[in-house]
Amino acid sequence: MALKQWLLSGLLASTCLVSVAAAGPIENYSPVTTERLKNPEPGNWMHYRRTYDGQGYSTLDQINTSNVKNLVPVWTFSTGVVEGHQAPPIINNGVMFVSTPEGQVIALNAKTGDEYWRYKRQLPEDLFQLHPTNRGVGLWEDKLYLATTDDHLVALDAKTGKVVWDTKVQDYKKGQYLTLMPLVVDGKVIVGGSGGEFGIRGYIVAYDANTGKELWRTFTIPGPGEPGHDTWSGDDWKTGGAPAWMTGTYDVDTRTVYWGTGNAAPWPGETHPGDNLYSTSVLALDPDSGKMKSYFQYHQNDSWDWDEVDAPMLIDLQRDGRTIKSLVHPGRNAIFWVLERKPEGIKYVAGWPFVYTNVWKSIDPNGKPIADPAHKPGIGKRVEFCPSLWGGKDWPSAAYSQKTGLVYVPANENFCGGFTGEKVPLVAGKLWLGTKPEDIGLTPRPGATHFGELQAWDPATGKKVWSHNFPKSQLFGSVTATAGDLIFVGGTNDRMFRAFHAKTGELLWEQKTNSGIVGMPIAYEVDGTQYIAVQSGWGVDAQRIQDALVGKVPGLENNVPQGGVVWVFAVKK
Amino acid sequence: MCQDPTRRALILTALATGACLASARPSIAEEDLPGSSERPQKGDVLVFAEGDRAGEVIKPQDLQAGGPPVRAWPKDPKTSVVRKGSRLNEILVVKLEPAELDEETRSRAAGGVVAYSAICVHTGCPITAWVKAAGGDKDVFKCVCHNSEYDPRQSAQVVFGPAPRRLPALPLATDDGSLTVAAAFIGKVGAQQAR
Ligand code: FES
Repeated sequence: MALKQWLLSGLLASTCLVSVAAAGPIENYSPVTTERLKNPEPGNWMHYRRTYDGQGYSTLDQINTSNVKNLVPVWTFSTGVVEGHQAPPIINNGVMFVSTPEGQVIALNAKTGDEYWRYKRQLPEDLFQLHPTNRGVGLWEDKLYLATTDDHLVALDAKTGKVVWDTKVQDYKKGQYLTLMPLVVDGKVIVGGSGGEFGIRGYIVAYDANTGKELWRTFTIPGPGEPGHDTWSGDDWKTGGAPAWMTGTYDVDTRTVYWGTGNAAPWPGETHPGDNLYSTSVLALDPDSGKMKSYFQYHQNDSWDWDEVDAPMLIDLQRDGRTIKSLVHPGRNAIFWVLERKPEGIKYVAGWPFVYTNVWKSIDPNGKPIADPAHKPGIGKRVEFCPSLWGGKDWPSAAYSQKTGLVYVPANENFCGGFTGEKVPLVAGKLWLGTKPEDIGLTPRPGATHFGELQAWDPATGKKVWSHNFPKSQLFGSVTATAGDLIFVGGTNDRMFRAFHAKTGELLWEQKTNSGIVGMPIAYEVDGTQYIAVQSGWGVDAQRIQDALVGKVPGLENNVPQGGVVWVFAVKK
Repeated sequence: MCQDPTRRALILTALATGACLASARPSIAEEDLPGSSERPQKGDVLVFAEGDRAGEVIKPQDLQAGGPPVRAWPKDPKTSVVRKGSRLNEILVVKLEPAELDEETRSRAAGGVVAYSAICVHTGCPITAWVKAAGGDKDVFKCVCHNSEYDPRQSAQVVFGPAPRRLPALPLATDDGSLTVAAAFIGKVGAQQAR
């Protein structure tokens, strides 16, 4: 079909969605099957963290500690939009799918950078975008799935970018929105809602991948008569938050999906008395029915905005002379958690602070952290606490190397913060934080020598093996590990993309990019050549932290330009 | 309070008592009233959008010189429809020293009172703060979503942050002692494009 004709028919087919073809369609697309999703080929990156277990580990080793110094850009591609570009490029046998803010997906030739097609969602004019971002597309058969900030889940034809179906998940006018990469399990597309700042009731929902029909919806706050409902007071459960806005991980053997949940709303715990299940928790769900199998709550009655939405990694650990099928989660609440996936449910194994905190006095034998009331925000009083509300590690993901057995954490050290809690009435669609947004503070600890810290932890022993400190920047980007004994991460305000030695922490390579990197690095291979790819595009919370630091850290770089570019690197031959 | 017909009051009441929603009679939703989603038009009056005086017409003497801004809705004086069917109609009204205003701003002001769209042109958040500018000692509008700042003395031009352009201005006049809209918004309301 001629391009013009195709465009016209696209416009006729839908009044609010536009697909633009460039060099497409894609020939010989490799359909994505359950088997391929369970065992992705080493050269592909088809899940948020490459594999269902969430490890963020590539088995490719062509790029390694000896040749990484020769890594050079081989192509770049401007996305045409600003704000935080947080998505990993998704790779399926030579085809790259990149999602960006504003609900855009670009299909590219992963070897050459040539564009196949581009989808641009036409977002509503009156949309209130607190987190204008997107974290990637899920794949199934010959379709891909995009979750949008106006709270729709859209299926596109992977070969053409044409809309296959478009389902409204909830109402964006009520502060419901989606930012995550959908998780696809056996033909079901599973997403969770953002919007904890708007007084929503969080949920995780599954759709039929072929039709877009809703299959189940599990609320993260139990309703009347459901177990855990009594951990809420009065009607707080209706508006108590607990959003689920990051992609879950999946245990293929036990067919269990693990999903992280956000904080209770609004922020000060006094406004929602009780433990507030299942906020700030990990949930274990049956992917067929959405039924909750088990849970673990990382902390009760959250008052710090410490959501725990980054899903735990599934790692087999040797600990105390046995193999532990663990859940590992470096928490926003500053605690590095090691939990166990037991047949009877999730059990606490160990927890320790990985950055300075003055909030937790201890952790009880069941894994319940005990808060110091002096550092718990309340109504009408300003309370300072460490780490800041962005936590010891926010949503950017840690990685696990199967070769070194270490977990690599993009941590923020020496940032404290505070706010004054207040009772605020809820107005649908308006921010509902329980404090004035302009009152939120971020304060370097006195005498702090650095802020961002890339850390390597041994999850089996609880020992920190190495760390690399950033004296003038936060570290706000996901980490990727490879079998080349390399750790890739951006996340700093100097626009650098870096590679570290996985065993020693030695900085082996760095490259300045167009903007700051909050995107997730990936590794892939086409025609026998290994590539590393990442989106550079600063914005959202990395920018918020940056702005909060202005005037507080001498010599701080606050001129981080915005604008997204996909960068692809290979070793110069 | 349960008889207050506005949607906001209804929600507030429901939260406060948990009892009013059930007894409220079904009525035409605010956004369905004819004209309620239309942009402000010449001759509209401005009414308080929130607080004890929500719904009352704003007069210049109701405003405190030097800010903070008041949030307002336009209201059609002929039909009495408050145009709050679209969040894109929310307005910031602030009274400043006329001498501080640049010429363009002064030409749209009623005395020292100026009005702008309350919707940030970056990604469409509401602008909520009135704080000292990051790069100066004057109070400015701040959108706390991503920290864009706008100076209302200079046609609300961007003085900090990622916002790509100034806020749409709403020219004002006074009529019978009340603030009225003198002309439509200057510039596109909301985010730069349909984001
Ligand atoms: S929406 Fe206002 S700064 Fe981003």
